[in-house]
Amino acid sequence: MSVVLEVQRLTKGFTMHHLNSHLAAFSDVSFDLHAGEFLLLKGHNGAGKSTLLRTLYRSYLAQSGQALFHSQYGVIDLLRAADVDLALLRRSEIGFVTQFLVARPRVSAEALVAEPLRRAGRDAASAREEARHWLNAFGVKQSLWRAYPTTFSGGEQQKVNLARALILPQKLLLLDEPTASLDAGARAALVARLAELKSNGTAMIGVFHHPDDVAHLIDRVIDLTP
Amino acid sequence: MTITLDAPRLVKTKALLSIRNVSKSYGSVAAVRDVSATAYPGEVLGIVGESGSGKSTLLRMMNLEEIPDCGDYTLDLPEVSGNLFELDRFERRMLCAKRIGIVYQNPHLGLLMDHTSSGNVAERLLVAGERRFGELRARAQEALAASEFPLDRLDDPPRDLSGGMQQRVQLAKAIALEPALLLLDEPTTGLDVSVQALVLDTLKRLQQERQITMVLVSHDLGVIRTLADRVMVMRRGQVVEAGLVDQIFQDPQHPYTQQLVHAKL
Repeated sequence: MSVVLEVQRLTKGFTMHHLNSHLAAFSDVSFDLHAGEFLLLKGHNGAGKSTLLRTLYRSYLAQSGQALFHSQYGVIDLLRAADVDLALLRRSEIGFVTQFLVARPRVSAEALVAEPLRRAGRDAASAREEARHWLNAFGVKQSLWRAYPTTFSGGEQQKVNLARALILPQKLLLLDEPTASLDAGARAALVARLAELKSNGTAMIGVFHHPDDVAHLIDRVIDLTP
Repeated sequence: MTITLDAPRLVKTKALLSIRNVSKSYGSVAAVRDVSATAYPGEVLGIVGESGSGKSTLLRMMNLEEIPDCGDYTLDLPEVSGNLFELDRFERRMLCAKRIGIVYQNPHLGLLMDHTSSGNVAERLLVAGERRFGELRARAQEALAASEFPLDRLDDPPRDLSGGMQQRVQLAKAIALEPALLLLDEPTTGLDVSVQALVLDTLKRLQQERQITMVLVSHDLGVIRTLADRVMVMRRGQVVEAGLVDQIFQDPQHPYTQQLVHAKL
């Protein structure tokens, strides 16, 4: 399988200016990831699992190292790519599934879910159609599709979040505890969707509190415990 | 130490807006010091900073209301070339009327308070050369409708409207000509939260449907987080940090940005 990501000696820490201190998260992490591969990140709380995902997604800036991503446009170092280049990759090739939905005032569940397709250039009607399909697949009741998720319960928000994050197949998918606060039905739908994406070549890096759900998908484990 | 970023390699389109090394002083006060900024087509660039940081001065430069002591400004548009700060007053006025829209925090700056709302929008079209009455009225209505202005109040003067409604008239005026660049100076400051949500939602929709490039100045971090793709943080006339919006909020690097983010409610 073709390589998707080559991470070399990745190091990240946080400088807290008001405390005049530096907090190390992890250092010298190296691994390769291939198309269709599923990598599980292990380690106790605070070992830097989520931090690693966010550093690759560039919500966090790395201290040193390299993360060569093999994009359709060519090979690029995610740690050093210009902001606009990263924004482009996030629209088309790199997805991030978090535990939390970022709802916006006055935006319906189906519009939120359709957004990644719209940004990728899909027309409004077909994007909405597909958004409904995924809301249904994750078990969001039809009566809620046009409602604003700001007031949904945690579990329902998470379903909307997953539908949105997984609607557009990506080359690289970063998963930060997506099963948190999900009921059994939604968990099954999530695992099925991940398996489908994986078999179509999406490479994944995941953090799971209870990896049993996805045990059959895991190809490799990296332990971040220092 | 943190890694320094490369120049864009994947994005081949040119920046729509480029401002390079602008400085502006008022007497002994340096309002803007050696600031550069870019905005790519369809992007929303946010500028945050406290009062007096120079963010509004920078925005007024982008609208050619303010000419800096040095530096240059280009827009990558057909029939637009050279350093825009060197245009004469007439050329500046025409460029702004046709290509740049602006929404001010204070509606008095952007609107004629005693003219009708539709007249305010039509005026913009007139400056740009439209003379047919029917066309003026129709396009003014269309722009007001896109800004979710209630059409039964078309002929009311902004003086008689609420703050949120006045912002909609400004927005309609700004987008009537389908500008390539929309400048927003604290567009929701001072509005009720519900009205603020309406205005933000309208902006987001316009941005998605029309791919208008926007520069948004605000001291409200929530507004910036909702709308912007990239953010510049300004302090005392300088840019202290710039980055993707989630990075600025989640992993701020500069001491001032850390203070700012930690102060958010």
